[in-house]
Amino acid sequence: MIHSLFLVNSSGDIFLEKHWKSVVSRSVCDYFFEAQERASEPENVPPVIPTPHHYLISVLRHRIYFVAVIQSEVPPLFVIEFLHRVVDTFQDYFGVCTEAAIKDNVVVVYELLEEMLDNGFPLATESNILKELIKPPTILRTVVNTITGSTNVGEQLPTGQLSVVPWRRTGVKYTNNEAYFDVVEEIDAIIDKSGSTITAEIQGVIDACVKLTGMPDLTLSFMNPRLLDDVSFHPCVRFKRWEAERILSFIPPDGNFRLLSYHVSSQNLVAIPVYVKHNITFREGSSQGRFELTLGPKQTMGKGVEAVLVSSQLPRGVLNTNLNPTQGTYTFDPVTKLLSWDVGKINPQKLPSLKGSMSLQAGASKPDENPTINIQFKIQQSALSGLKVNRLDMYGEKYKPFKGIKYMTKAGKFQALLSN
Amino acid sequence: SLPNSLCIVHFLISFSPSRNEDLKEMLESNKESLKLEAMKRVVGLIAKGKNASELFPAVVKNVASKNIELKKLVYVYLVRYAEEQQDLALLSISTFQRALKDPNQLIRASALRVLSSIRVPIIVPIMMLAIKEAASDMSPYVRKTSAHAIQKLYSLDQDQKELLIEVIEKLLKDKSTLVAGSVVMAFEEVCPDRIDLIHKNYRKLCNLLVDVEEWGQVVIISMLTRYARTQFTSPWKEDGVFDEHNERAFYESDEEKTRDETEAKPYMMDPDHRLLLRNTKPLLQSRNTAVVMSVAQLYWHLAPKNEVSIVTKSLVRLLRSHREVQYIVLQNIATMSIQRKGMFEPYMKSFYVRSTDATHIKSLKLEILTSLANEANISTILREFQTYVKSQDKQFAAGTIQAIGRCATNISEVTDTCLNGLVLLLSNRDETVVAESVVVIRKLLQIQPTQHSDIIKHMAKLFDNITVPMARASILWLMGEYCERVPKIAPDVLRKMAKSFTSEEDIVKLQIVNLAAKLYLTNSKQTKLLTQYILNLGKYDQNYDIRDRTRFIRQLIVPNDKNGALSKYAHRILLAPKPAPVLESAYKDRDRYQLGTLSHTINTKASGYLELSDWPAVAPDQSVRNVEVIEPVKEWAPSLGKTGKSKPAKSSDDKFYSDSGEEEEEEEKGSGSSSSEDGSIQSILSVRLHILQNERVCPESGSDAESHVQKNSSQSSEESDKSSSQSEKSSSESDSEKKERKTKTPLQKKTVKPTAKDGYHTIMEHTFSYSHWSTLCVSLFTQLCPLSLAFPLQLSGPAFVPEKSHDLLHRMTGKGLSAQYQFPRQPCLYQPTMVSVQISLTNTTDHPLEQIHIGDRSPTGLNIHCFNTIECLEPEASVTVFIGIDFNDSTQAANFQLCTKEDHFSVSIQPAIGELLLPITMTELDFRKLLGMNESSATITMAAENMTSQPISRPVATVANLGMVPSSQDNVHRFAGKTASSGAVVLVTVELRESSTALITINTEKSVMGSMLLRDLKLALAQT
Repeated sequence: MIHSLFLVNSSGDIFLEKHWKSVVSRSVCDYFFEAQERASEPENVPPVIPTPHHYLISVLRHRIYFVAVIQSEVPPLFVIEFLHRVVDTFQDYFGVCTEAAIKDNVVVVYELLEEMLDNGFPLATESNILKELIKPPTILRTVVNTITGSTNVGEQLPTGQLSVVPWRRTGVKYTNNEAYFDVVEEIDAIIDKSGSTITAEIQGVIDACVKLTGMPDLTLSFMNPRLLDDVSFHPCVRFKRWEAERILSFIPPDGNFRLLSYHVSSQNLVAIPVYVKHNITFREGSSQGRFELTLGPKQTMGKGVEAVLVSSQLPRGVLNTNLNPTQGTYTFDPVTKLLSWDVGKINPQKLPSLKGSMSLQAGASKPDENPTINIQFKIQQSALSGLKVNRLDMYGEKYKPFKGIKYMTKAGKFQALLSN
Repeated sequence: SLPNSLCIVHFLISFSPSRNEDLKEMLESNKESLKLEAMKRVVGLIAKGKNASELFPAVVKNVASKNIELKKLVYVYLVRYAEEQQDLALLSISTFQRALKDPNQLIRASALRVLSSIRVPIIVPIMMLAIKEAASDMSPYVRKTSAHAIQKLYSLDQDQKELLIEVIEKLLKDKSTLVAGSVVMAFEEVCPDRIDLIHKNYRKLCNLLVDVEEWGQVVIISMLTRYARTQFTSPWKEDGVFDEHNERAFYESDEEKTRDETEAKPYMMDPDHRLLLRNTKPLLQSRNTAVVMSVAQLYWHLAPKNEVSIVTKSLVRLLRSHREVQYIVLQNIATMSIQRKGMFEPYMKSFYVRSTDATHIKSLKLEILTSLANEANISTILREFQTYVKSQDKQFAAGTIQAIGRCATNISEVTDTCLNGLVLLLSNRDETVVAESVVVIRKLLQIQPTQHSDIIKHMAKLFDNITVPMARASILWLMGEYCERVPKIAPDVLRKMAKSFTSEEDIVKLQIVNLAAKLYLTNSKQTKLLTQYILNLGKYDQNYDIRDRTRFIRQLIVPNDKNGALSKYAHRILLAPKPAPVLESAYKDRDRYQLGTLSHTINTKASGYLELSDWPAVAPDQSVRNVEVIEPVKEWAPSLGKTGKSKPAKSSDDKFYSDSGEEEEEEEKGSGSSSSEDGSIQSILSVRLHILQNERVCPESGSDAESHVQKNSSQSSEESDKSSSQSEKSSSESDSEKKERKTKTPLQKKTVKPTAKDGYHTIMEHTFSYSHWSTLCVSLFTQLCPLSLAFPLQLSGPAFVPEKSHDLLHRMTGKGLSAQYQFPRQPCLYQPTMVSVQISLTNTTDHPLEQIHIGDRSPTGLNIHCFNTIECLEPEASVTVFIGIDFNDSTQAANFQLCTKEDHFSVSIQPAIGELLLPITMTELDFRKLLGMNESSATITMAAENMTSQPISRPVATVANLGMVPSSQDNVHRFAGKTASSGAVVLVTVELRESSTALITINTEKSVMGSMLLRDLKLALAQT
């Protein structure tokens, strides 16, 4: 299915190639480079590019294009999903997925790619199995390996491929048995000029870090499972049990994994946690404009709003800005016209604001574009939808594990439209 | 720059011969670490796309290295360069051939992977042999690898197709979830048209689907979509009521559905069609976007119209995923939303554009919003579009204008509003916006030109300010087309154009010529000179299109001698009423390609695209999918069923007999008719008696039949050395059984024959020991079953039968009825998945107990084969009965009620884990091959005097019903068994070590059973 893979950096160099069938010349990437040149932004390169003899399917992550070469009909999502898995695996192994990290670990990368595909068809993509086959590099191991000449490849051959639970390796042992679950919700919203909500929805995930000995069988129940409208599960979750009882029952993989992602039904009204007040004026013919922006907390259930970051693409006519933030720092890039303001924590007693003037291109008319501002924030210890985990039970093992649940709300694509 | 120059230096170094010399030296050194270092650098070169082929001889020498990482890297190198260095590559082949026989399944698999990846045509026969052998390997992982190898060999040598199809056919029958995806992939690549190979595996694939790994799911679903379109009739003719009815019918039972029912209904969904829809639905919740998409397309192409919308929510969820995923999903939604607006309308807001979206995402969202627009929501959508028009992304703004145009033509209520809005945009500062508006207005005006002459006038006024050629051309065309409505303005525009003709773009020039021609025909008085001037300019233009057009127009409109005939029609040619353009979606006919495919994305047929056929008018024979035995999901459990028999066999007798020789088929009918539905003990016994009589009367017939079967099996597996050796093995074994049987027959005859005549009760009075029973059962069982097995899992007799019996019902609680049970450790005759239990019932009262039978059981799904109701049990008498219980490989107690005429007593049987097993025999080699399965082990201390063979096998056999495996080492004892219900193999190794310790190792796929068994064994062995 997948013939070859080329990794291309943002300056258009191929820095790694891997072939699973016969070798495809790297000149096939010329078609990709053409498309790259035509695209105004790196994101605008089309994910599927037909060429006379091949098809190129690419994903862009961490400013690296992962370009897969396909020779015949295959569901494009199949390839895209796989490429994202590759990136996730690299990130898992090296902490970051950058050109430098890939080049530094080229042997591990090659070993991974070799295991992940056989003849272009995915073979082992579960991180638990891969880690048994190929040990992730650590600083200590690198040092030890250099001295002793030992290897990254697992000495013991894995059993996972044959286990009834393919996502969990056997013989897991911990001295401290712990299971942590993070409920993370992201709110996507578009707020219009007047401050009313155009769309708002909550997407959530439950990420788990489970370090438990043996073969634990966990069940996790919610106080209010009805909130979850549309869910997708890690393969370990028993779907029938969920259908019947609304309980998550599963034998977890070892280590970090995403247990569940969900969507909170749109029937429930979404509380918007922050508001924006703004007053931006461009006067026709004038070389000065006024800019004023204030943020405040709205419905946060008593929790503080943290890590607030505001960014906005100002119209092309803006030459420079002269603004004063009451807190945090702001930057304006006169070339890209990108304004960003790192606010930090919102203090409800003293609301953060950003005021000042903009210098506009002389003689330019009033811009007719609508600038939007993107807001990022975090609210600790609270899930906006009100989702609550009821209890976590373990069966199949005798010890008492340590259990922990954390809640967090983040802004996803949170946009406010500004008037002019 | 510095890093760049460093790169170049590095590049030069890595290419200089001295450097490669250096690598060669390292590879040829004796030090493992140096070799490894060198290979790492070589892999670095390959990754960069540098040529490292000259190192081939030095690298290939290390192919047999003991170091796993070094070996892996050498494999990487080999696969990359073997095609270029074919002769040298052959040196490595023997290493792989050896590794193919390795006891470790992962080594076998990796050897096959590399061997099949070496694209050297000369080794095709070797690959073929290796694939065949691997296809019947014990390890599902190796079989998976062989499925992958099939495709590799096929792409190397297409002549192998027929042989490969045979292997595919074999692997399609595989019950392992690990193999399913890979073999279907091979099927799709090698022989997608051989739909007949799927029939028998269809239901199995549907049932396995949820447990297959996610990538395999995608491939299987797409294949099944194609399959379903050839086998089932369309569910789209009439929607509604009957469908629900059908769902119910399916749940009842397949067999209960009678023929008249199908005829009475106009459309009845095939239960298999329903099965596919039902089993794919949970996969909509998969985390893998490709799986969700493939289920969505399956529903789109196969489900009744009213069910398709269940996929909507999941598709909308995918829009939260990565940008590339969004792109593909939006494309598919775009196609769907044209035919089925209702599906996505409730989720309209999910398609609102965000400023951070990539351009191709934005235009897809616009496309979908436009398709979703209707009278009710148009105002909301237009308001949304107004914001988009103001977007900083001008390409997107232009797209929005086109979308507005489409809304205006589709929904006549808003045409005027849209047109007015567009006219306002004509004064926009951005010329792309203006140009696009002009083009769209032109199209709208064509639809209803009469009322809009003022808009045309307005556009003429704006003409001077518009610079985009397409827009200018559009305005000129409008002028020409409707010149009679703007008689004053049009000639003036032409005048201006005559002035600027030479500096215009080609597309504008063509329209100027057009305008001139039309004005000449309608208003020649004012424009004759102008027209002639323009035609002259056109005559000498640089572009030949324009010269051509000019010459054509001149001949057409200016009358002369030669062309008089044509110029008569000039007016009708040039000013014919033109049909209004239809503004429609680019996705209109996209659904001619299967959704979710590459071809759908690129809107052309990609190579290797497999057409989705139309529904057949009449469904092909449904019975082709019937399989005799519908078994639960298992890993390579032996299938007892004789395939190809259309009647599903539920009665145990049938199954029991299905593999016996031809001669006995006659007998079966006779006995089958006398046997009741439940398959009572009596009928089983009478069947047995038949065999025995048969044997007595003509001892050759049975063995003839047997050898006949053997001949068949060895013929079919002639190509494969391994399987033929297997059948040899089995034949030798059955020989010995035959002998055994012969020695036993006289004894059995004595005991059994009279009982059959006297009926049931008399058997029980003759309490013969079970050694007879057991030999009889085992010999029958082994004789009849294993010849059809894919793997030689020979059942053997129990090594030891514990005498211990357990209380089932105490006489005090049982009001005088007492019952005890024992595990006779025999394969259950009723159903192979059951464990047989022997129950002795004693009447301790002073009156006869009547109608003793088994009543309600729990859990309700518990499958128990009951004994026949005992009509009367005299005081002080006792009977022994056999029941079969399918414990489903768990130690969960089987609870049921033992009933007499007056009373019900709840009793329960709690099996020890060791009783859920059946002993099997295998060779030591096979045993070692299987050791890759899940392992649990423990070390125990035992007394020194017990360290000889006998005391070890004794306690093991007491704990668990396992067979001994011959061992070549004195201190290692091996035992093998399989679980009764799912047939999973259980291997136990006891290795005696120094200082009176022993290591117990258990290998089995059933990890829970493994650990429970280990616990029991630890207890038992520590005691001795």
